[in-house]
Amino acid sequence: MQASETLVDMRGVRLAFGRRNVTVAVENLDLAVRKDEFVAVVGPSGCGKSTLMKLMTGLVMPNAGTIAVNGQTVTGPLSFVGMAFQNPTLLPWRRTLANVMLPLEIVEPHRRRFRRERAAYAEQARALLKTVGLGGFADKYPWQLSGGMQQRASLCRALIHGPSLLMLDEPFGALDAFTREELWDVLQAIRARRAFTTVLVTHDLREAVYLADTVHVMSARPGRIIASYTVPFRRPRTLKSTFEPAFADLVQRIRDDIHTEREADAVAVGDDEGAA
Amino acid sequence: MRTEIIERAMPWIAVVLLFVVWEIACTVFAVPEFILPKPSQVARVLVTSAGPIWFHARETLITTLIGFGVSIGVGVLLGVAVGSSRLAYRSFYPMLVGFNSVPKVAIVPVLVVWFGIGFLPAVITAFLMSFFPIAVNVATGLATVEPELEDVLRSLGAKKRDFILKVGLPRAMPYFFASLKVAVTLAFVGSVISESIASEKGIGTMMVQASADFRIPLVFAGLLVTAAMGIGMYAIFAAIERRMTGWATRRMDLEGMD
Repeated sequence: MQASETLVDMRGVRLAFGRRNVTVAVENLDLAVRKDEFVAVVGPSGCGKSTLMKLMTGLVMPNAGTIAVNGQTVTGPLSFVGMAFQNPTLLPWRRTLANVMLPLEIVEPHRRRFRRERAAYAEQARALLKTVGLGGFADKYPWQLSGGMQQRASLCRALIHGPSLLMLDEPFGALDAFTREELWDVLQAIRARRAFTTVLVTHDLREAVYLADTVHVMSARPGRIIASYTVPFRRPRTLKSTFEPAFADLVQRIRDDIHTEREADAVAVGDDEGAA
Repeated sequence: MRTEIIERAMPWIAVVLLFVVWEIACTVFAVPEFILPKPSQVARVLVTSAGPIWFHARETLITTLIGFGVSIGVGVLLGVAVGSSRLAYRSFYPMLVGFNSVPKVAIVPVLVVWFGIGFLPAVITAFLMSFFPIAVNVATGLATVEPELEDVLRSLGAKKRDFILKVGLPRAMPYFFASLKVAVTLAFVGSVISESIASEKGIGTMMVQASADFRIPLVFAGLLVTAAMGIGMYAIFAAIERRMTGWATRRMDLEGMD
């Protein structure tokens, strides 16, 4: 877990959009992610967390600064990334199994082999579905699954092609508290089995501390990293550990940081609330 | 069970009711045949002139279906182009809207100058009437794909073609089939318009000649036959729609399908 090799290195990144680039989403953003590290990014709403994800995966290019992944400057979408969002975005005309297999039809080298080795890939997808507790639902359509099940399937789709970087944009945000905590453990279990770097954007501070090795706090827009915390708790973490004083203490410190940020933001600008 | 039978019978009951009211009204108010013929008179003509009516109806059906077939092809291609590329959208959409606003009656004489009278102008008018809703609906289906899904695919290195084939087109299917139902009826309007202006065959021609001869029941027979063909085609495409896009209406009986 403690490999110190840097996977993502963002330095002095700035991104503005809108007409004549008036809205500055992030500015002076420095962020490093080690290989196999689990990083959580938290911050007030509208601080550019989702923009950060797009920058990191090469979906948008920065106006200034550099982003390097694996030591190479990012110039376009990276191909070794898996993504999951708050909205599961499953394709309603495909059964769960076919949804999970979608990346294999697109990403190389699977794409080339897909037709020939369809059965083997299907087996692989079924096995993955089983690890998230969806063993019996491979042949259901997405609308036959509950919200939590859809999100599990979405997680499988993000992981099926064996990405070395998993990007999660508030993937559990729309779920009820019980389902959310269940999925925390599902994610933890998957990571215990196979190592990959994970970046989680969330506004649930307990979630961030529970799952991550490092929690970065972003400022209000224009976003940059204002504080970083190393989470010292041993793995596997259990829901019990979230009630320990040290855990609550860390969550509280992060909450204070964000609170200060929001108040500063409320004084500085009052007009651009809300946009995520 | 009972309510289901009633529900299934309702369209027929409604049609019969319309004819009954029509028949009674004509009798009570003593409407002359050359103003509004009674359904019974129209029915008699449908039987006595069955030969010529069938001859013209077949012509109209073939013309319409060929024009409609072309408009499916052109409509889907245009829809994909306009729906998947901002540049194509910018360039062609206003032109499409303008084109669709032109009354097709005004184009028929031009088509006659170019292609002579008869078959070809009718096919082209049917096509011109019906490709627009298809193109617009396919474009809408493609253009309304969730941005997150686009991110997922782009981050996998998906090419434009992957995007269209794996997400865009399947997603556009419910829109596409909905548009077919509208478009096929418009195609009939197109071919009949063209036939009634410049042709020697087809229901449109037959109705124009019949009204010139004051054979009003025959005109109404032509109208009824055209309506029946429209309903028939609509039903066929509605059935195909149900079969192809059950996922969009969340039909449970899909579970046994593949």
